[in-house]
Amino acid sequence: MPEMHYPRRTLLAAAALLPLTAACDVGGSNSSDTGGEGTGEGKITALFMQQAGYSEADIRAMTADFQAKYPKITVEPTFVAYEALHDKIVAAAPAGTYDVVLIDVIWPAEFGSKKIVTDVTSQFPAAWKTDMLGGALKTAEYQGKYYGVPWILDSKYLFYNTEILGKAGVDVATLSTWDGVLAAAAKIKAANLVKHPLVWSWKQAEALICDYTQLLGAFGGKFLADDFKSIAFDSGGGLEALKWMKKTIDDGLTNPNSMESLEEDVRKIFSEGSAAMALNWTYMFNAANDPAQSKVAGKVEVLPTPSGGGGSPGVNGSMALCVSGGSKNQKAAWTYISYLTSAEVQNKYAKSSLPCWGKSYDDPAVVSVSPKMVAAAKKELASLISRPEVPRYNEISQILQAELQQALLGKKAPEKALSDAAAQAKSLL
Amino acid sequence: MLLLPAALVVFGVVLWPAGRALVISFLDVDSPFPGAYPFVGLRNYTDILGNPRFWAAAQHTLYFTVASTTLEVVLGLGLAHLLAAPMRFRWLFRAIVILPWALPTIVNGAMWRWILNAEYGALNALLTQLHLMGDYRSWLGSDPFLALNMVVVADVWKNTSLVAFFLLAGLSAIPAELGEAARIDGAGSFRVFWRITLPLLRPTLAAVLVLRVIEAFKVFDIVYVMTGGGPASGTQTITFLTYLQAFSAQRFSSGAALAYLTVVAVLMLALIYLRLLRQQEMRAS
Amino acid sequence: MRRTLGALTASTLILAPFLWLIVSSIAGQTDLLERPLHWWPEHVTLSRYREIFTGHEGVAAQFRSAMLNSLIVGAGTVVISVSVGTLGGYALARLTFPLRRTTLLSFLVTYMLPPIVLIIPLYLLMARFGLLDTKLGLIIVYCSLATPFALWTMSTFFGSLPVELEEAARVDGCTRLGALVRVILPLARPGVVATTLFVFLLCWDEFLYALIFTSTSDAKTIPVAIAEFTGRNAVDFGLIAAGGVLAALPPVLLAVVLQRHLIAGLTTGSLK
Repeated sequence: MPEMHYPRRTLLAAAALLPLTAACDVGGSNSSDTGGEGTGEGKITALFMQQAGYSEADIRAMTADFQAKYPKITVEPTFVAYEALHDKIVAAAPAGTYDVVLIDVIWPAEFGSKKIVTDVTSQFPAAWKTDMLGGALKTAEYQGKYYGVPWILDSKYLFYNTEILGKAGVDVATLSTWDGVLAAAAKIKAANLVKHPLVWSWKQAEALICDYTQLLGAFGGKFLADDFKSIAFDSGGGLEALKWMKKTIDDGLTNPNSMESLEEDVRKIFSEGSAAMALNWTYMFNAANDPAQSKVAGKVEVLPTPSGGGGSPGVNGSMALCVSGGSKNQKAAWTYISYLTSAEVQNKYAKSSLPCWGKSYDDPAVVSVSPKMVAAAKKELASLISRPEVPRYNEISQILQAELQQALLGKKAPEKALSDAAAQAKSLL
Repeated sequence: MLLLPAALVVFGVVLWPAGRALVISFLDVDSPFPGAYPFVGLRNYTDILGNPRFWAAAQHTLYFTVASTTLEVVLGLGLAHLLAAPMRFRWLFRAIVILPWALPTIVNGAMWRWILNAEYGALNALLTQLHLMGDYRSWLGSDPFLALNMVVVADVWKNTSLVAFFLLAGLSAIPAELGEAARIDGAGSFRVFWRITLPLLRPTLAAVLVLRVIEAFKVFDIVYVMTGGGPASGTQTITFLTYLQAFSAQRFSSGAALAYLTVVAVLMLALIYLRLLRQQEMRAS
Repeated sequence: MRRTLGALTASTLILAPFLWLIVSSIAGQTDLLERPLHWWPEHVTLSRYREIFTGHEGVAAQFRSAMLNSLIVGAGTVVISVSVGTLGGYALARLTFPLRRTTLLSFLVTYMLPPIVLIIPLYLLMARFGLLDTKLGLIIVYCSLATPFALWTMSTFFGSLPVELEEAARVDGCTRLGALVRVILPLARPGVVATTLFVFLLCWDEFLYALIFTSTSDAKTIPVAIAEFTGRNAVDFGLIAAGGVLAALPPVLLAVVLQRHLIAGLTTGSLK
């Protein structure tokens, strides 16, 4: 069977040539991958997260209203966990699977510089720049360009269980500082009201960085030096924040399961009445006060984030809607984004997520939804702290997450953990 | 000619990407779009070899591989013996043993995460109700090494099943007369196992071991769903790190270089396997 | 007696986690969060299954489409790789040609390549050909995974069948292909069944490729759906458990039903 030689031989030849042909490919054109304006009609797909902020039901309702208003556009929304959102956007980018993607405040540098999301600066109305709150506006901005429209304006607030704090005789006014929180937690523990008064989302994930950022800000720390060229979290407020976190664990005040908890786990534990105080996003106020999902409904109050001596900035946890770079129907995508981010729609769903628009906070309809939440938000949103706005933020975050946990689990001293993180992260700036 | 379709299917999808991955590992590809990327030589490789995260991941992978395959083979051997033994309801026992193998890995991971849950988990409840443990504890979040061992437990629970069936197949190929003859000569069952069964089972055992080692070395999905690599990166394996590098950090070239380092390791394992196969064939002929 | 005891212990260890998954899927939400935990729930509910089967959008619809996608991708891969593997396996077992061994081994080596190596270029390639987020794309990739395996098991299985039968058929005037179809294939049935089972489970279980290559209900498979589901509904364990039970049902049923063939296939087949 002489013909049996051929496949083998050609195969070998092909194998030898492979690296060559593969190399040639590198310079190839990418015209097939770029998106297009489109007709402004037809079907578009959108990628959302399901975790905090607007719920899946909210988004589906908004979408239904949109389709009624724009019958020529159909929208197919998809939902993933926050933890899967970033990688899904990257993996779908070359195929242009999604027309609209929801991105976190930490990604515009990365996605913008790689053209995964579209630069919409020219479409961004000048009025929006003054009408939107400062913290929100920054969400989709990188180096003076807008890569999307702010949609979720969020920060972490201090929630507490009025019943437990009342029984322990804690004066709520003392919760304005982290030292006060610590003292209150110790008092609650001493009174044996709950085993671990505090619970946090300290799983090895972005959620840990959010809590850390807020504490770092409270203790007057900085992530990076002002020129963005060197690391600053390994000393001063950054170090103090980590030491404080570790102390709450050592004193038995923090639920040890915090190290495997995300925001939803925090909500669950708090809603079960197993924690007295917790840091979480806006959405917990309603969720924990909803008798259908909470045992502590009606006993939950909210405060702006405490201060540690260096101010009390909230972490900027906002998110924006973007037109994906690969979208073939960018016009329709923009129409959809403009609708979802409009003050009218955001006001309607203020219960789940507070609007990005300044004047909404004077709208009695919005305020009346949850006056206490709005009061806390008004104060906290005035000064927000951002995580580093650099293209390789994700890598820095991964390194920091691992090292913070090393310290929290007692495997490394806080100083050592942060200096190790700084050493690894230095080259990524 | 009969082989051509197979060759097309396999090499078409494997060979080109494999070559391409090698090329990518020498470039600096940092976005998912095609385009012209700079050539950086061996820098991706040297970066990885100098990165403590890589060595930690390598350590976890090695530990996971050794621990899970050892347990799977030892337990699988015992299970295979039970499966081969004549008993009532043997069909039922076999059906039960095959269950874990058929359970999808992702479901297995989710199931164990739920069982090991620190607040509501069944393991905590069981151990405290039996008074074996004073209070609930965190299995997947308190200690990196404990979490890694829990991932091993979940993997062993699922994969021992397949190992047992492979070994059962090997066992049933051994003529029963050999053992009987030895027993008549006065050998105890342990001696029979040690002197007769084990040597005859060695080729199957070796093959199963190597196949499991290769699978364990590539572990990704159970880690992804059970721990997400935490706590403190204690369950991050090489494949998991590769995934993070490529898709979370968009350092595709660094990912490709990491993957090629994995290939070198797996290829060495494969060579051992092929050598074992050759020995077997030589013995057979 | 000792054996029965051993079998009972093993069965308990195997069944306990599995049963807990099932119990969790029908237990009321409050039962699941009880401390101390009750081992049998006070409120038994099938609401989660009802939700998955009848819900119109969200989780339910996604779950059903993922199930269907997995079935289609699994079936497609089985048909292609088992038939291709059977033909190729026969060639490797019966025909003598140069580099036969090397061919077999090179197939085997591709099986050992970690998918993470191929995933990056394959991903870029599929993007170019518009195969990302399609079932066809997944079938092509899975075939490349499953075929070496099918080839290997089938060739050893064929190798174990007596050559004489085939020769007799050819003396009776059958062509080689005719002999393969009429004589060998019926004999090889246990091997084919075992290979089919393996390949199907491989597809049903595969996660990494599916995670990267699929994004919408057009192609998302069941492991990806379950993983997303677990991430999103971290708090509703009952729903995750119900999804897990349903996702496990097809492969578990298949494995239990075909168990006898599996042992026969393994005995004469791959690891002789």
